[in-house]
Amino acid sequence: MTETTVTEPIVVEEQETRPRYAGQNVPRKEDKRLVQGEGVFFDDVKRHNMGYVHFVRSPYAHAKIRSVDVSKALEHPGVIGTLTGDEVALLTDPFFQISSPPGAHLKDFCLGVGKARFVGEPVAAVVANTRETARDAAELVEVDYEPLPAVTDARRALDDDAQILHDDAGTNLTWEGLYEWGDLDAAFAEADRVVKISELHFHRFNSTPLECNGALVEYNRGTGQWTLITNNQFPGFAAIMMGPAMRVGLDKLRFVTQDIGGGFGNKITSHPQLVACCLLARKLNRPVQWTEWRTDFHLSMSHGNERWFEDTEVAVKEDGTLLGFRTTALDDAGAWLRYEPLGGVIWAQVTPGMYRWRHIRLDFKQVVTNKAPVSPNRGYSRMQHLWFTERIIDIVAHELGLDPVEVRKRNYIRTDEMPYETPNGCVYDSGDYAKLLDTALELIGYDELDSRRADAESRGKLLGLGIGSTLDSGTNNFGQSRLINPELQFSGNNEVATVKLDIFGEIVVTLGTTPQGQSHETTAAQVVADILGCSIDDVNVRAGHDSYWNSHAGFSGTYASQFAVTGLGAVKGATDMLAEQMKKLACVVLGCSPEDIELAEGQARMKENPEAALPFMALGAIINANNAGLPEDLDVTLNCRYVYRPPFQPPDVERKYGNLTLTYAAQVHVAVVEVDPETGVYEIVDYAAVDDCGVRINPQVVEGQVMGATAQALGAATHETYTYDEDGNLLTPNFYDYHVPHALDMPPLKTGSVESASPFTSMGTKGMGEGGGAGIHAVCAALQDALRPRGNPIVFDSCNPYHSVWELLSDPESSRQRVTVESR
Amino acid sequence: MDVVTSQTIGVEVNGTTYEREVEARRLLIHLLRDDLDLTGSHIGCDTGNCGACSVILDRTLVKSCMVLAIQADGASIETVEGLAGEEQLTPLQQAFSDHHALQCGYCTPGMLMSATALLRENPKPSDEEIAKAIQGNICRCTGYWNIFEAIKAASE
Repeated sequence: MTETTVTEPIVVEEQETRPRYAGQNVPRKEDKRLVQGEGVFFDDVKRHNMGYVHFVRSPYAHAKIRSVDVSKALEHPGVIGTLTGDEVALLTDPFFQISSPPGAHLKDFCLGVGKARFVGEPVAAVVANTRETARDAAELVEVDYEPLPAVTDARRALDDDAQILHDDAGTNLTWEGLYEWGDLDAAFAEADRVVKISELHFHRFNSTPLECNGALVEYNRGTGQWTLITNNQFPGFAAIMMGPAMRVGLDKLRFVTQDIGGGFGNKITSHPQLVACCLLARKLNRPVQWTEWRTDFHLSMSHGNERWFEDTEVAVKEDGTLLGFRTTALDDAGAWLRYEPLGGVIWAQVTPGMYRWRHIRLDFKQVVTNKAPVSPNRGYSRMQHLWFTERIIDIVAHELGLDPVEVRKRNYIRTDEMPYETPNGCVYDSGDYAKLLDTALELIGYDELDSRRADAESRGKLLGLGIGSTLDSGTNNFGQSRLINPELQFSGNNEVATVKLDIFGEIVVTLGTTPQGQSHETTAAQVVADILGCSIDDVNVRAGHDSYWNSHAGFSGTYASQFAVTGLGAVKGATDMLAEQMKKLACVVLGCSPEDIELAEGQARMKENPEAALPFMALGAIINANNAGLPEDLDVTLNCRYVYRPPFQPPDVERKYGNLTLTYAAQVHVAVVEVDPETGVYEIVDYAAVDDCGVRINPQVVEGQVMGATAQALGAATHETYTYDEDGNLLTPNFYDYHVPHALDMPPLKTGSVESASPFTSMGTKGMGEGGGAGIHAVCAALQDALRPRGNPIVFDSCNPYHSVWELLSDPESSRQRVTVESR
Repeated sequence: MDVVTSQTIGVEVNGTTYEREVEARRLLIHLLRDDLDLTGSHIGCDTGNCGACSVILDRTLVKSCMVLAIQADGASIETVEGLAGEEQLTPLQQAFSDHHALQCGYCTPGMLMSATALLRENPKPSDEEIAKAIQGNICRCTGYWNIFEAIKAASE
């Protein structure tokens, strides 16, 4: 089933400060508890007398709420209390909106107030003494709805007769931004050919983490503070959304996580439900527990951005040199802007994709529809845009009769151009894209493509090969939010770590992050052990996040491919401080100067006289418990806190110009498919994924991320889709209808790696984990290649289940009508 | 007439006997997690698709969200908490760690129970038999490749 090649860990020359752990496949610290079922996920935590929350959800895609009657539910034995939209409107203010007007005018509460805007939107909540009773009682809540017409197709959202979702905004076009860089007129004048593509569609799906959202929420009446034991993956964001809405300071919201069952961005926007839980815990004076059901997740949580690319024009030279493109991106945000319209700028981190074109115009329009709100999903907004650029490359190659490999190599940004400034001022830090492609093609056996095609043909199959090149931009400059709304006062980024040496020599690390499988405990320990010269077993990294630890800042969390830069940057910073203090203390005790001291083998010792050594335990004990007589001016605490802050400037809002992310990991995937021309059924028969994320602290962990992201992309490319009917009913609300890959679905996989250290980070690392979108690009390209002998159909959708492929086979012409080529 | 909707049942889980009064509709997974505090088995769907709740009941692999607690009356159940000895992981658990066959760890308990049931029945499974054995367990982190390698290693 698998054929895996892993590049060997970096071999470092023998020297005094040789890294012992960085670059090695160190076994994970997290595993021992997780393989024994001893992880602590939020739903594992119980409190005396806790009540269970069940949300009453709208069965209509769009309806006025005339009244909500909870009296029958309250009479039901075992019911503790309820919450309605009317109460919420009194007790809270609408959530802060990121958007400039008209999106800024949306009034978003934690429950539907006056209106329901998608099937599954919570309109009331019931708390009871068991999960089952809460669910029963929710059915007794009587909601009087007046159904309204639903907007279910973003392309119809701006029609004159389209129903307006939010009267406060007065339009369904909640945000629009025109981006233009370079000289489009000159580029199109220079072009030999203009390839026009009328419409491409990136579909709606998400990563469906196996653990759904939830929380156990307690309210302390004495202090007015809530404790939320939850799996929200971006507590910094949740807090700034929740505090003002609940009219409390952020110190009143304590977020606690330990183990989280996958996130992939989908657990960033649970703040509305968390507010409802907070209100219930205070109202009922008891802890409340909310565990989202799978169907609730599918109906209501964090769908990925659906995007249409309309009226695209591409300026190309005869030889395949790409000059530029212009297009309109129509983004379907669903019913609410919970993290949006940030997707309207995040794509710009990768404006030119991996290519050298300099003239780009993109009119981004975001509309609201009667569907679940969108939120970040692995590859957030860049995946849609990179799919689009990869579709352009393959359609151009296809229509001009050029080799997709050659077109890529001709247009890839070259390694000698790094660091490369893109047309919109982003700086690609390092990379060798052509080498990634060569490595992937070699792994797949590209030389034998013709014979494999012939072999497939002899079996009645159509074989195709497709390439997906993708960037995994990481470490956001939150200043990009100002391109969305110049009034916003966000910029830069940060993450926090504390590292201390305790009384008995324990090294204790705390992080602001909220890992969901990314192995932070392990990789942080690798960095710490190398700096302190001790065993990794002596480094204790606290599991999870707790706002009580004082190890977090405004952007703390685990999202957007950044831990290897921000998280480990903070860990390194704090550990360097600790190491310096340990040396300083040792030299006071040993009577020498700090440069005479080295940290090795769990000791601070004199370089020239290793016998003169203080074990870490002695250092910890002196400062923490036996410090009388130390020099007054000795500034040593052995408890060090470091805030990593990347070197960013706010972008130029007028020109929409500036560096939006610090690092650019890159991936090239290659897929080989075999299609049955009679039915459209196809199989991915071979697959290669090559990754470059700079210096890898733990190659096995990196490869695990590559594999997981690849699997998610293959699921999205072939089957996974949130499909709505015209009335706004979700047709894929569970794992029967929403088909995620199973073990039998996986193709043979070959992995490889290239290492281009980032010049912008302290350890040469780059954030990674989201690059798997390449799988979607690769499968689309492979299908288009395979179907070529059957009327040259154009693959125009990011999701191609078997019936779609059959449609392309049976009517290639209708797909071809989307593309025209003009010669100049 | 009062309708009886609950019943006292007895189950043995990982060698310990428990007696609990359960509602007729209580699912076995909720008995394990909520009543017995054995939270290693997880819930990832409501429909029997994901396998995060897989346990071994009277030597048969079951999804404990598809079994009523009262159906387990008198049964002997094994969950992930019962796999390892005091200090020693099973070879399968160790292989999962060695091969990085888990990331978030949420599907892992169910995956381990499915693989344990497989290896008891079939100590030397073929590649296809391994894939079929874990087909009912969804993992969203790993893409299954490393899980497959771990099970293969444990069978050797």
